[in-house]
Amino acid sequence: MTDQHTQAEAPLTQAPAQPDKKLIFELSRPGRVAYSLPACDVPLEDVGSLIPANYLRSQPAELPEVYEVDVIRHYTELSRRNFGIDNGFYPLGSCTMKYNPKINEDTARFNGFAKIHPYQPESSLQGALEMMYTLQQDLGALTGMDQVTLQPAAGAHGEWTGLMMIRAYHESRGETRTKVIVPDSSHGTNPASATVAGLETITIKSNQQGLVDLDALRAVVGPDTAALMLTNPSTLGLFEEHIVEIAEIVHEAGGLLYYDGANSNAIMGITRPGDMGFDVVHLNLHKTMSTPHGGGGPGAGPVGVKSKLIPFLPKPIVALREDGTYYLDYDRPSSIGRVKAYYGNFGILVRAYTYMRTYGPDGLRTVSECAVLNANYMMRRLAPYFELPYDQVCKHEFVMSGRALKQYGVRTLDVAKRLLDFGFHPPTIYFPLNVEECMMIEPTETESKETLDSFIDTMIQIAQEAKDNPELLLNAPYSTQVRRLDETQAARKPVLNCACS
Amino acid sequence: MKQKHRYIPMTEQDQAEMMKVIGISSVEELFHDIPEAVRYQGTLPMSEALDEPSLLKHMKQLAERNADFEQYVSFLGAGIYDHHVPVVINHVVSRSEFYTAYTPYQPEISQGELQAIFEFQSYICELTGMAVANASMYDGATALGEASALASAHTKRKQIVISRTVHPEAREIVYTTAKGLDLDVVEVDYNEGTTDLDKLKDLVSDQTAAVVVQSPNFFGAIEDVTTIADIVHAQKGLLVMSTNPLSLGLLETPAKLGADVVVGDAQPFGISASLGGPTCGFFAVSEALMRRMPGRIVGQTVDRDGKRGFVLTLQAREQHIRREKATSNICSNQALLALCASVYLSTMGKAGLQEVAQLNVQKAHYAAKQYEQDDSLQLAFYAPFFNEFVVKLPEGASIPAINEQLIAKGYIGGYDLGQAYPELSGHLLLAVTERRTKDEIDAFKAQLKEVLV
Repeated sequence: MTDQHTQAEAPLTQAPAQPDKKLIFELSRPGRVAYSLPACDVPLEDVGSLIPANYLRSQPAELPEVYEVDVIRHYTELSRRNFGIDNGFYPLGSCTMKYNPKINEDTARFNGFAKIHPYQPESSLQGALEMMYTLQQDLGALTGMDQVTLQPAAGAHGEWTGLMMIRAYHESRGETRTKVIVPDSSHGTNPASATVAGLETITIKSNQQGLVDLDALRAVVGPDTAALMLTNPSTLGLFEEHIVEIAEIVHEAGGLLYYDGANSNAIMGITRPGDMGFDVVHLNLHKTMSTPHGGGGPGAGPVGVKSKLIPFLPKPIVALREDGTYYLDYDRPSSIGRVKAYYGNFGILVRAYTYMRTYGPDGLRTVSECAVLNANYMMRRLAPYFELPYDQVCKHEFVMSGRALKQYGVRTLDVAKRLLDFGFHPPTIYFPLNVEECMMIEPTETESKETLDSFIDTMIQIAQEAKDNPELLLNAPYSTQVRRLDETQAARKPVLNCACS
Repeated sequence: MKQKHRYIPMTEQDQAEMMKVIGISSVEELFHDIPEAVRYQGTLPMSEALDEPSLLKHMKQLAERNADFEQYVSFLGAGIYDHHVPVVINHVVSRSEFYTAYTPYQPEISQGELQAIFEFQSYICELTGMAVANASMYDGATALGEASALASAHTKRKQIVISRTVHPEAREIVYTTAKGLDLDVVEVDYNEGTTDLDKLKDLVSDQTAAVVVQSPNFFGAIEDVTTIADIVHAQKGLLVMSTNPLSLGLLETPAKLGADVVVGDAQPFGISASLGGPTCGFFAVSEALMRRMPGRIVGQTVDRDGKRGFVLTLQAREQHIRREKATSNICSNQALLALCASVYLSTMGKAGLQEVAQLNVQKAHYAAKQYEQDDSLQLAFYAPFFNEFVVKLPEGASIPAINEQLIAKGYIGGYDLGQAYPELSGHLLLAVTERRTKDEIDAFKAQLKEVLV
């Protein structure tokens, strides 16, 4: 296998060029159909008599004319040109690409969950509302928060929701606090969310250990501090040991603490953001709770808050009456309002709830322990071959630098591309920004030791290849459907649709 | 690691070998950096674990306590519709190469998803007539919030004029967004079911960043978008239009009507209702606004061998590059549901989309006619409409109580407009899709009359 790959370049470049994969529009032949609709069983009226002609489409949309086999073969072929967790190891740091259980997919498709309307009478939605209520309670217990909203559709959406609540909280106390502090290792969404919440970002440098620099933090907090946003463990995979002190510094200045839950897979049942001193937390259910990433979404980003922030939660939240029935509570006069239509990404919530019920609290703790053990094992085995900027115990993920390979003219990007030839999805690269030539590796708990070993051995081999034959990396990948793509051209002369008509 | 679990492969031997490599004697040592004071002691008070058969049973029991579209005949719309979902869609989106992948950061092994998104963008451009579309947004309502933000950034103005005929929840999100960005939102009233053009003219000025309308609007009525576009363009503001994409099988493209930004929700395109989410927002703009768009965008390019390929592009707009200066904080998109929409459009094709839009119009107009000719019920508005219309019930009718009774008879009734429009209490918004038969339409009206007595 390995030999074949190292020698792959010559034969492949001589292989006859395969034609481009056609677009669905390019399969169109006038007269073909793939649909089946009922005949009209009401008296037909001339549309022109129902809707004024100037409101009607002057030219039909040029959609493809294909038959059902075309549809199935086209998308099956596209799926074969795509790599998911079910295809292989996907150690994309900070994205928690764990196995997406199949039972989740089955339960979310039950008619009683998939085919229900948000505006049906509450009495006809009691099962859905009970599930949501239980999920609110369970996520509150897991994070140490007093109340949870399930409305935000994603992590970044949760960040914005949380910051809007923090802003409303300060305003309710007659205070104007406009600054959000983030470490330089934070996710890009943190400062971006601060901006759309009308707040300004202050970025502080991490210290030599990769942790929050307490002096730098003390220097920037003040009467204008709205919040500190922190990912803990951080994107470097490190736990902020001084979290209690950090919380004190921010709270003493009158600010609040926001927990970016992207890395929660490291701490379930072991510690809770609420106990660390955080006031607001979002969880990415598509990370920690195994709901599929869907090629980029949908996700879900529920937000939990401490009691002082409950009045500001988006409305509605799901509540329980004394008679045991569930309802949507809209009577929330201090709410920041609505952040998402209806009640959140319910289909994702069903999946997350299903997942959590396969584990229960003890099982979720085991998830985190195994995720952390896997990450430390990989880090230790790779340490002799790649530079570890922070050589200490990591949590569920760790970062390495590909800086040492630059002497051979090889960059982290080339290592990532070479990994593709071995059937692995590469780690997150060039993030966080404060580590040069960064690779961020997150194995998750659902990978076996054999899989980890195989990836590690491949990385070791690639490090050797970089020394012996850097060209091999610079030209990788060889075995994929397309080779390296010209991203500059894509951005300079954007072709963003097929201009079908 | 006491528990064995089917998703976790760790054996005792694995654990021992791994600990040896790390140089620790217990897993506990890996957590020594977490201060004792914040360590959780004991077992979290959460729902217990269930084995697979018990879990399936539990979930089935929860699901059975909800009234679903298979067992109940639905006339409820108001943004989420009971359309036919072609069977091929579930087969395609169940391919786990699609649903277990993430954002296509590594294009060489993600051409399938990238091409699917490129085709989705192409579909949205074709339907709306706009030059550029993105890879999708959380939903139509949040897309409207983002569109307002874009309009303000582009015009460097702060005022958003929004019609009261826009979906009430979308308006609420525009308000929340406006609060964050310090925008000023002004509502314009309606007249006979569509935006009051005289009042709109009075409100729009050289301070107006955008006029935000929805057509077909929340009452189902088709707005005079061309006139609205003229009003806002005369003041050099932008027209943001939200639309039901299924209606575009029949109705004129927003581009031709003069829209600068077009958003909406692709739920009618083969996406299950799922209590309102996840759905898929779409976002399309004129070429001039391309680099202000939020979200992911896929572009066509070539690989080293000159082969056609697709990549994420124009990323200089985005949060992972620009951080606090990004056009939006959005990171994800709704790729899997954009795929639903694409498969729907591929299946319906040129003829099918026109036909399904026609069926909606015909059936909804047949249904509306039944209320028009009634002694105790009447239509509230007479503006042209697509597949939804408003029925005025007799004085004193309680819609929540009526809807409870209809459920008992096997119907999911209409939307109680009094919830969001106090002046329209006693008004019922009904949706009639291609799934409804003449018999169902007739029977529903008879049942509605019965519960009114």
